[in-house]
Amino acid sequence: MRDFDYARPASLAEARRFAAEPDAMLLAGGTTLLDLAKCGVAAPAKVIDITHLEGLDMITFGAAGVHIGALAKMSHVAADAVIRENFPAVSEALWQAASAQLRNMATIGGNLLQRTRCAYFRDPLAFPACNKRDPGSGCAALGGVTRNHAVLGTSKVCIAANPGDLAVALTAFDAVVHLGERRIAVDDFFLLPGMTPEREHALEPGEVITAVTIPASVPARRSTYLKVRDRQSYEFAAASAAVGIELEPDGKTIRDLRVALGGVATKPWRARDVEKALIGKLLEPKAVREASLLAMTGALAQGDNHYKIDLAPRVVTRAILKVGGLA
Amino acid sequence: MTTDILPAKVKRGDASDGGASLGSRLSRIDGPAKITGAARYALEHHPEGLCHAVIVQSTIGAGRIGVIDTAAADAAPGVLMVLTPDRIMPLKSATTWLDTPGPDGPYLPLTNMINFVGQHVAAVVAETFEQATAAAALIKIYYEETDAIATYDDPRSGEGMALDHLAVSWGEAEEALAEAPVRIEATYRTPREYNVPIEPHGLVAQWNGDKLTVWEPSQWINGMSRTYAEWFGVPYENVRLVSPFIGGGFGSKAFALAHGAIAACAAKMLDRPVKLALTRPQTFTAFGGRPATRQTLRLGATEEGRLVSIVQTGANETSRDGVWGEPLASVTALMYATPHLAARQTVVPVNTVLPSALRAPGENPSAFGIECAIDELSYEVGIDPVAIRLLNYAEEDPHAKKPWSTRQLREAYEAGAKAFGWEKRTSEPRSMRDGHHLIGWGVAAGTYPVRRTAGEAMVRLFADGRAEVASSGIDMGQGTYTILAQTAADAIGLPVDQVEVKLGDSALPGAPVAGGSQLANLMTGAVHKAALAARDELIGLAIGDPNSPFRALQANTLSVADGVISSPRGGEEVSIAELMHRLGRDKIEVLRDTLPETNNSAAEKHRTYTTITRMRSPTEGDYSLHAWCVHFIEVRVDEDFGTVRVSRVVSALDSGRLYNPKLAESQWKGGIIMGIGQALLEEGLVDRRKGRVINNNLGDYLIATNADIPDIEVISVGVPDFHASVLGGKAVGELGIVGVAPAIANAVYHATGKRIRDLPITLEKLIE
Repeated sequence: MRDFDYARPASLAEARRFAAEPDAMLLAGGTTLLDLAKCGVAAPAKVIDITHLEGLDMITFGAAGVHIGALAKMSHVAADAVIRENFPAVSEALWQAASAQLRNMATIGGNLLQRTRCAYFRDPLAFPACNKRDPGSGCAALGGVTRNHAVLGTSKVCIAANPGDLAVALTAFDAVVHLGERRIAVDDFFLLPGMTPEREHALEPGEVITAVTIPASVPARRSTYLKVRDRQSYEFAAASAAVGIELEPDGKTIRDLRVALGGVATKPWRARDVEKALIGKLLEPKAVREASLLAMTGALAQGDNHYKIDLAPRVVTRAILKVGGLA
Repeated sequence: MTTDILPAKVKRGDASDGGASLGSRLSRIDGPAKITGAARYALEHHPEGLCHAVIVQSTIGAGRIGVIDTAAADAAPGVLMVLTPDRIMPLKSATTWLDTPGPDGPYLPLTNMINFVGQHVAAVVAETFEQATAAAALIKIYYEETDAIATYDDPRSGEGMALDHLAVSWGEAEEALAEAPVRIEATYRTPREYNVPIEPHGLVAQWNGDKLTVWEPSQWINGMSRTYAEWFGVPYENVRLVSPFIGGGFGSKAFALAHGAIAACAAKMLDRPVKLALTRPQTFTAFGGRPATRQTLRLGATEEGRLVSIVQTGANETSRDGVWGEPLASVTALMYATPHLAARQTVVPVNTVLPSALRAPGENPSAFGIECAIDELSYEVGIDPVAIRLLNYAEEDPHAKKPWSTRQLREAYEAGAKAFGWEKRTSEPRSMRDGHHLIGWGVAAGTYPVRRTAGEAMVRLFADGRAEVASSGIDMGQGTYTILAQTAADAIGLPVDQVEVKLGDSALPGAPVAGGSQLANLMTGAVHKAALAARDELIGLAIGDPNSPFRALQANTLSVADGVISSPRGGEEVSIAELMHRLGRDKIEVLRDTLPETNNSAAEKHRTYTTITRMRSPTEGDYSLHAWCVHFIEVRVDEDFGTVRVSRVVSALDSGRLYNPKLAESQWKGGIIMGIGQALLEEGLVDRRKGRVINNNLGDYLIATNADIPDIEVISVGVPDFHASVLGGKAVGELGIVGVAPAIANAVYHATGKRIRDLPITLEKLIE
């Protein structure tokens, strides 16, 4: 850990000014920053502590949806009654993320910016090659232990999985990331690695996440987050799905469906092919099972992670049938 | 917990017999200090002038260091010293734990030769931890890298070296196998597993002239003290190792390790106290965990399922610079009556740190093989998995051909099966289901030997009537403080809260390693002997001193209970404090050991406490001494996802007499929980190219969380075994984990019809 300057801006405007400086990093919950600093990945020149900024931790609910301040803690959002009623998948994603200690510290804004758990990314001394950390240096994960790496959205230079849970639920329900005045759909906020894996999101220098809004919808109200993993707590997803559904008044026909996947892709992965294949169709297990396979269109395994291609559609199927009342 | 399987008249040696403190469910007497933070652990010591050392580890798997550039680190703020292989003081080679000479000296805790990634190659000492950490990152090392052999799955690693001392055979195993009407063959594998105690390794070392004080968590005060003394060429008495509290060890804190040498060197070279704490990732290569193991078992049986032959070939990984044999035949050659058996084993050197002891080394992976194989055989011949185990029940030790001292294993099957409801099991795989969950019930047995070494204890009675017990034996959470207080209280005749216990300090009377589940038995024996001697001395004074109210009475007419001495025929009752006062004594002090009457010279005593050469084998003497257990486990396997959840555990265990059932149950459960993690989660993931264990932290190396653990019911079926130990106990701490993984694997087979023979049983193995 190298020495760094510590700044405690008096306002959001000042925080943005500091954030525009080279090698400056924001400190909110600190659960990612401290971790990455300890393993030698993050070495900020300046740490900008925004934890004390007022008014950024509110959860407010209106007709259009919910507005969650960027400094709201994961555990507070997860436990919020309005969130639980109107966005159960969001609450469930948060409860199943990280550990109780981390959820009590980590913020919503910081959660969106958490970095991959790719072991090669996290071990710069033993594995100098990492295009995400050091563009052009190569990818040590290719040919290594890839059990937890992505099968969707990968590129020749990076196969690191996005580790998020919350972001998957937000992606399913068309949440919007607020960067002050600028707003950006969450699906556009996260970037595919392509040839620039070091760039994981659309934040520009000097921008600060101020809030996330999630539009109210019937599928969001009737939703779930299903996370599959070997350990029952404190483990990243082998595969997960955030699913919401709206049925026609007949109670059988799918009017609207939202599906997003976690643990399998380089970014929170909206499965629009699955949605399209099922909207307007009768909700029944065989059709759901077949449509769920479309979630893996274009999937590419790296050896150890081949199981994800089999597993993820099953997770999607179970989640759809669950919110549809059939599982 | 009691069971109605045993006849009511059996004396259990616990509180159910009435009266005594030993055998009661006293809570840990060190508990309040631990939960209030009053207990000071090693790294919480901050002597005057303390500075901080940070280790740098190699980033290649094999080769040598070309150049170390320390210029930037040397010049960094606060840096006192940068240690490299060329700068560190050479130490003397220390005797091994087997009392054999160490490698030809000198011993260099930092070397230019690299045998594994994560090997210590440099250290920085600075005024603060942060300065040392920052400077360590400035060291540039240029390596001459050669090919590393990461694991024994790399064909270049070869077949390895045979370990003849681990070979076992009797009868004509191959021939009998060839003629057996039923034969099965299968290969079982366990991955590298790590101890990951919650207190990471580290120490504070301080020199005062040629005297060294080390505050370091230790499972073996005397053994580690000896190593430090020999490294630095100072008399054994010059080393004081202090370890009253230990945040878990599981086998990993029994030896002085390279990082300890580095810290002590730095302290000597700087003449200042030095603290060195390994980071969690560094602990994965600063010492070895359980090596990866593989074993092929071939069982021959009659059509009724009676074993006629067992043939086993096993191998485990070791390092390129040392041999660690994980004895894979230890349960294979003990559990079942078979007329023919042959087992042999190799070790395969790869580029890793030398593996070492992790809870039940040997017995644990050995049981995984044989207890899965016997389950496979039960399905092959079509009989119940419990029935086939009882059919092949070993009425005596099949290897040593000696009678068991006690073997309550039949009782364990009976009690466990009853409590679990085993008779309701349908034998067909995939025959039990609840929605998406396939339900499986599995069983497996386990065993652990009774290891015996002598120990020593001081018992003091003070003028205020209180007693003190002192020993260098340690308490790493297993309950030594508590059971020794209970032992002394009973022997003297005191309330247990009048006994203070001092442990974990090389200045105290000696004890051998707290490993192999031996410490409770040997230390209760030593304390019992010393406390009885103190009581005898007290009574001797009571009847011999002209100032005593009991003068001229006979010794055997006095009793001591609850701190009061009385004559059963009536007359005066006097508290111990009052008597001490009248006698004008400020203390009675006795030191006793349990060494043999002969061969107990000072040198012998030293060897007893500082090596394992005086540990008696479980078959030395007329009996074969072992603890036993059976685990009945229910799993629920999600049919679509392959996720396995343990939903029920009933274990029946024979550890002989329990000195404190609450603490013994807690240890058993701890072992069972570790076994659940081993079965389903734990695996050091090794990069195939350079041998790096890539999941070297508690976020990625998965151990069981609370959410993974169901209610666990443990049933004691033991009876006091006075062949095993002075007070009747057998092995506890290492026992509980043995057999858990095979019980889970067998339950997974029953649930799914799939035999998973390589641990851990992760979801992809069940869906692909």
